[in-house]
Amino acid sequence: MAAAAPAALTGDARRPGQHTWLHSMVRWLFIAVSLTFLAAVLLAPLATVFAMAFERGLQAYLRSFADPDTAAAIRLTLTTALVVVPINTMFGLAAAWAIAKFEFRGKSILITLIDLPLAISPVISGMIFVLLFGLHGWFGVWLREHDLSIIFALPGIMLATMFVTFPYVARELIPLMQQLGNAEEEAAITLGAGGWMTFFRVTLPKIRWGLVYGVVLCNARAMGEFGAVSVVSGHIRGLTNTMPLHIEILYNEYNFVGAFAVASLLTLLAALTLVVKTLVERTGYRRR
Amino acid sequence: MSFRQPSVLPGFGLTFGFTTFFLSVIVLLPLAALVLAAASMHWSEFVHVVLSPRALGSYRLSFGASFLAATINLVFGFIIAWTLVRYEFPGRKLIDALIDMPFALPTAVSGIALTTVFAHNGWIGRYLEPLGVKVAYTWLGVTLALTLISMPFAVRAVQPALLEVQRDLEEAAETLGAHRFYVFRHIILPTVLPALLTGFTLAFARALGEYGSVIFIAGNLPMKTEITPLLIVIHLEEFDYQGAAALGVVMLVISFVVLLAINLLQTWGRRRHVRGAR
Repeated sequence: MAAAAPAALTGDARRPGQHTWLHSMVRWLFIAVSLTFLAAVLLAPLATVFAMAFERGLQAYLRSFADPDTAAAIRLTLTTALVVVPINTMFGLAAAWAIAKFEFRGKSILITLIDLPLAISPVISGMIFVLLFGLHGWFGVWLREHDLSIIFALPGIMLATMFVTFPYVARELIPLMQQLGNAEEEAAITLGAGGWMTFFRVTLPKIRWGLVYGVVLCNARAMGEFGAVSVVSGHIRGLTNTMPLHIEILYNEYNFVGAFAVASLLTLLAALTLVVKTLVERTGYRRR
Repeated sequence: MSFRQPSVLPGFGLTFGFTTFFLSVIVLLPLAALVLAAASMHWSEFVHVVLSPRALGSYRLSFGASFLAATINLVFGFIIAWTLVRYEFPGRKLIDALIDMPFALPTAVSGIALTTVFAHNGWIGRYLEPLGVKVAYTWLGVTLALTLISMPFAVRAVQPALLEVQRDLEEAAETLGAHRFYVFRHIILPTVLPALLTGFTLAFARALGEYGSVIFIAGNLPMKTEITPLLIVIHLEEFDYQGAAALGVVMLVISFVVLLAINLLQTWGRRRHVRGAR
């Protein structure tokens, strides 16, 4: 039924050798295999998040957010993202300006180093801060003498999150700014505009969609980071538990409605991130 | 030759300075701490931790499951990328957007959701259990979790390469009487091979370090379903910082080797592409 009509429209059918019996067999086989694979591995888990969250009805779902520990976890995650994302955005803008606007030696090494956190296991990303600031770490004694705590406290969570989400804005902006070139900025400077004015009036409008996606992705990863934060947090309920860590605790206590209710919020955040990505790509700016 | 080429644009000192300073403080110095912590161990101690039976068991699982997951993604990633690039069907754009979901979704969420679906009473697990296939709390579950989280890397690596396959070459071959499989073997495969291998390596690298989604589905039995990142966490929880650092350095070195492989593959792919265009 639907098979004949769209095929004629796409232009596939007009190509030689594209309308044979074998071809349409392969075509439907590929589509069926793709959809089955994605349904089992991706769609079923996504649907489960909401099915489990609403297992006992809407009332139970909403009640799980009234739990003070859950509310504290949400607050902590928001606070962390509120600090980490702007800092990493500033870094991303600076790195992209330095790398895309200038030619200097060792540039490819710098790019590789910025990407480094992506290649490192999140557990190692957390561990390095424990080695530095933990009780038996390098600065552990000094920190205790001065009554400061980084590990098992908010600063450690922020540091680990910053490390893990460090490259996202920069990675989004560097290829975009390289592709757009320097001609307009050079014209602005030659005509007498200052550096900041050139950045805000010429560069920023050009890169704004890439910047939006980079920030949104950085935020999603910051709010969802588990491994690195798990190592530095100490899992103190109501104090150092972020949303993903709180999911783990609720799940291990067999409080499935609570665990999946928090998970449903993070799933919605991920979905929102993808919506932003799709909208950004629709503006004509192509990634990769 | 000077350090950088002259330019009329301002702000190099400020942005380059901030970039290198921030990079050093947040990334490079902490990583140096890891290497130094491991270097302060006596080498016999280091070997004792790194080659202990429990560590060897965790490498076997981490490498085996990551390799298997990357292989699964090599096959299904190609099929999915091909389907998205070449075929038009209802919901194609939605599926295309959803491919990035495992990338945006927190790993803890993927972990608990997969475990629930593939547990003995889950949506899919209940049909696999009578067949004698246990997924949750076995190495199969570890592989499944790693497959899910590394899937976008495989698909997204192959998609642009498939778009670049010159369809007029395919058509020319077919008008000259080439069989579809011959076309695939001699025109499509050579074009996408570097991308396929890059996707495989990216997926492998991502899977190797994964922690969040695996610990929920793995069961975490020493020697059997304990991945290397988990073993590091166990060392840290026992305040055995040096043991954790030793295992961390092993993983770090392996990550560097894989990263190097990715760079070489991408250079190879670009060179082939340039030569092909001439």
